[in-house]
Amino acid sequence: MAVGKEIRTKIASIQSTQKITSAMEMVAASKMRKAQDRMEVGKPYARRMRSVVGHIANANPEYQHMYMLEREVKRVGFIVVATDRGLCGGLNINLFKATIASMRSWADQDIGIDLCLIGAKGAAFFGSYGGNIAAATRDIGEEPVISDIIGSVKTMLDAYSDGTIDKLFLASNEFVNTMTQNPTIEQLLPLPAEDSSEMKHHWDYLYEPDAQELLEGLLTRYIESQVYQSIVENGACEQAARMLAMKNATENAGELIDDLQLVYNKARQAAITQELSEIVSGAAAIG
Amino acid sequence: MAMTIHCDIVSAEEEIFSGLAQMVVATGTLGELGISYGHAPLLTSLIPGPVRVVKDGGEELVYYVSGGFLEVQPGVISILADTALRADDMDEAAALEAQKDAEHALHNQTGEFDYSRAASQLAEAAAQLRTIQQIRRKARSRG
Repeated sequence: MAVGKEIRTKIASIQSTQKITSAMEMVAASKMRKAQDRMEVGKPYARRMRSVVGHIANANPEYQHMYMLEREVKRVGFIVVATDRGLCGGLNINLFKATIASMRSWADQDIGIDLCLIGAKGAAFFGSYGGNIAAATRDIGEEPVISDIIGSVKTMLDAYSDGTIDKLFLASNEFVNTMTQNPTIEQLLPLPAEDSSEMKHHWDYLYEPDAQELLEGLLTRYIESQVYQSIVENGACEQAARMLAMKNATENAGELIDDLQLVYNKARQAAITQELSEIVSGAAAIG
Repeated sequence: MAMTIHCDIVSAEEEIFSGLAQMVVATGTLGELGISYGHAPLLTSLIPGPVRVVKDGGEELVYYVSGGFLEVQPGVISILADTALRADDMDEAAALEAQKDAEHALHNQTGEFDYSRAASQLAEAAAQLRTIQQIRRKARSRG
């Protein structure tokens, strides 16, 4: 009996899709744990670094490094941290939307924009959307190493040092919890001065060796560590978002299969009923 | 009780030490420095070498850092290390081997030789050995 052959094929194909999405969900769940660990491990360093740099910004240094000085803005730079792979829900697109909104507010003031894109998805998106791409890094993988990003970050720092750009922003996803990731845009340069009530009086560090050399090294290290930390955090976001997206896909596939199964059963039952009534009416005609 | 200062040692990989210290001895670019309570605010870069922490109770801990920065604030010392190792985890044989390799490389220079890399490798190996020797000395004086 060849009832609803098309429906059965459809069900089989949805079932195999469901198997794939549920496997991807489990893979993402285990990777997320690792990515989260990586994020937690890097946090103390990034936090300490931020507090040291915050202290420097509050000090009254004998030497003002150019990373700390506000200047007239003619061109701005964005470092956009996206993922390398897709199938992670709206993670990338939400980030791009936030970035574009911020870029537009600069563009409205006739201020040019340079982009530094980390992750293949960012390069693909801004390649077609348009924008001046100054540097791009892709294939950072699941275990990013700081040496991979130094090149791209240096391009932007050099652009800041030689006056091509006057502000530098970092756009990336913030990991709130497994369900929530927030796109954030942070100002990296010039260093935003922290408002802290402590240490308001006039003071300065003793510098060894001299302030210029030391601050140069420290501030470069600071920017690199902030970018690195945001890449690691973005990695955790990616896995969490993928896990959620695949969970939804698996559930949707299940619903679809149930619906189709119902249609199929109805069709089969209708065919049986029809056949029965044909036999009965045939017998009645003979008798 | 001696005056103590809070000390944090973090590396990019992990938090190494956090607690009260009587004194912290580290190797800065311009030489070794000992910091205890009441030190003036200071910012310095570190070269590869041992960091010695004298804890509240007088117990001494030795760590190895391969460079980084040290910040002194009133009441807090922060050491931002590139890589930091607990000195007990360090392998003297491996450090000796590395030192020999680096010296060997420095003596037999070929055309495309990376001098600065070999020199920094040598400095790191020597610093690791120095750290291990410090631990030894400590162990001996105690035993």
